[in-house]
Amino acid sequence: MSITLTEKAASHVTGYIARRGKGIGLRLGVRTTGCSGMAYKLEFADQANPDDLEFESHGVKVLVDPKSLPYIDGTELDYAREGLNEGFKFRNPNVKDECGCGESFNV
Amino acid sequence: MALLQIAEPGMSSAPHQHRLAVGIDLGTTNSLVASVRSGTAVCLTDAQGRALLPSVVRYHSSGAVDVGDLAQQSQAEDSRNTIVSVKRFMGRGVSDVAHIENAPYDFVDAPGMLQIRTCAGVRSPVEVSAEILRVLRARAEASLGGPLVGAVVTVPAYFDEAQRQATKEAARLAGLEVLRLLNEPTAAAIAYGLDHAVEGVYAVFDLGGGTFDISILRLTQGVFEVLATNGDAALGGDDFDHRVFCWLLEQCGLHQLGPRDTRLLLTKAREAKEALTLHASARVTAQLDNGEVIEATLTSEIFTDITRTLVQKTLAPTRKALRDAALQVSDVKGVVMVGGSTRMPQIQQAVGAFFGCEPLNNLDPDKVVALGAAMQADVLAGNKAAGDDWLLLDVIPLSLGIETMGELVERIVPRNSTLPVARAQEFTTFKDGQTAMRFHVVQGERERVGDCRSLAHFELRGIPPMVAGAARIRVMFQVDADGLLSVTAREISTGVEAAVSVKPAFGLADEDISRMLRDSFEHAKEDMHLRALNEARVDAQRLIEAVHSALEADHELLESEERAAIDCRIEELQSAMKSEDHRAVKTATDALNRVTDTFAARRMDRQVAQVLKGRRVNELDF
Repeated sequence: MSITLTEKAASHVTGYIARRGKGIGLRLGVRTTGCSGMAYKLEFADQANPDDLEFESHGVKVLVDPKSLPYIDGTELDYAREGLNEGFKFRNPNVKDECGCGESFNV
Repeated sequence: MALLQIAEPGMSSAPHQHRLAVGIDLGTTNSLVASVRSGTAVCLTDAQGRALLPSVVRYHSSGAVDVGDLAQQSQAEDSRNTIVSVKRFMGRGVSDVAHIENAPYDFVDAPGMLQIRTCAGVRSPVEVSAEILRVLRARAEASLGGPLVGAVVTVPAYFDEAQRQATKEAARLAGLEVLRLLNEPTAAAIAYGLDHAVEGVYAVFDLGGGTFDISILRLTQGVFEVLATNGDAALGGDDFDHRVFCWLLEQCGLHQLGPRDTRLLLTKAREAKEALTLHASARVTAQLDNGEVIEATLTSEIFTDITRTLVQKTLAPTRKALRDAALQVSDVKGVVMVGGSTRMPQIQQAVGAFFGCEPLNNLDPDKVVALGAAMQADVLAGNKAAGDDWLLLDVIPLSLGIETMGELVERIVPRNSTLPVARAQEFTTFKDGQTAMRFHVVQGERERVGDCRSLAHFELRGIPPMVAGAARIRVMFQVDADGLLSVTAREISTGVEAAVSVKPAFGLADEDISRMLRDSFEHAKEDMHLRALNEARVDAQRLIEAVHSALEADHELLESEERAAIDCRIEELQSAMKSEDHRAVKTATDALNRVTDTFAARRMDRQVAQVLKGRRVNELDF
């Protein structure tokens, strides 16, 4: 069981949390919504819940609720730039198909 | 796959339900767009990594439009069709813009707002601004990866109704939903996170290329309130460049310069000024058109010396703003620096010394307004969790009022009232049987209508005929959070109503806000005299009208010499009214009043007699 961040993603997250002024890490998860079934959740974490699973990657704490983990286990979070746009990218080995835009997916 | 941003806890958006919102600083010289990404406000750049978009638009006869750097480069070769500093023309008529004759455009003085004839057709400043906004919108949508739900657009705190309305229209034309217009100083304060800071009073010192604005804000429980604004519409970094330019001429013994040399030396002057931000001295070398090479060294000391009066000029409006807010320097907790010219150490020092504290300057002063607007847009688009929310209050830069008899202004919403605001006042009719009333909505600090800015006219009809002074007409002024005004007039007994939602008479007689404010101080005394005179004249006119209608009804009550005396006093009063002496008008009014006393008493007796005729005392209800 693991969730990892690329070094690039981790440095961006560290910077964002520092500028935000609060937060213990990142929360990753999934929600059952969207055109293909599932959608990613990517949020700042201000506190850990009792059931949360914790991972650490390049100094960034990642919290995942146990229900979400099977859908994203093994995911590597990357930071990428495409044209003028930039942001985080989930490299999720569990995905079977995703909608055209990639915002929601199926396992 | 899509690129994601980090959301606030519990605020992840559903797929395809982005709440992408931006803040836009639509500036006179440069414009910027910013957005909050993963919790941090950033300015969005173009493909070359440039954040600043020069606010320059060039029209081609083919219909093509260039915006930004490309347009700026062609400024010299096609100046008639290359529009710069369009912000100065927003919501303005030709007669409103100072030094308009220096602008190389073919102006069309359309009713309301001026227009510019270009090779692609006649364009209004709203359309030109919309071109700039369109480019920023396209940049934002490419950067954020989706359509925008809306934008917060910043405007100077002193922008009047017409200018705000024009800015909103430009955004609409560019396909942007305006979440809110935000005053520039308020945006800057937000960028520094002062909304989460200690409660208290903050100053925003904004010295741009050509304008200076000072604003005093008060923060209470996370809420901003603009207490006062002031400034100088003709003071900015360009003036500092000009001082250096003049110094160069003197040093090098130059006199007459061609336009090319002038431009060259102005550029060299600006570069030298900018170099002094980080260095103690700057070397200037330039080769003139005639081949002559000039050299000079500008030191920090010389620069401080030659620009001292300019630095001092920023402090006078600063003092005035504090006085308007009824505050002392010691009440100010912090000072925010905005505008590229605040990079000058001389300005930093002067401001620090004036307020007795280190100014806040760690954000890029060119970007700080756009960043704050982006943070506000993020909140308004619903990306912040409940409780993180905050509300902003702004103020009216100039008083709003209506014209009353005697061409005087009755102020209804005073300057520096916080927005949104609703104020009502009752007025009455001037003549017997008057059934309609015309309202003239004005903005300004002067006592006479002609010295204020005209915003709108409207009429209330269907007032039931009554004697003068009996009708009650309630006039309500409402200004919404964006600073847009609506006025309603309602006759209380019948409920008939008329309204105008400014429908701004785009740009009428005035120059700029700071000038209007200055005038109101300088002319305070003569304005006071003028008000006294016009009020006396209105009183006199009302008395003459009343005497005339009494004479018409009951002239048989007067002996011929009594009648002659009254006529004589009326004539005297009429000639006194032509004088400039309000005391003479008042004395003549009193004289007419006295001479008609007996007449009035007889009329009263006659009316009482008519009422009593044929009735017994016990029938009367006293």
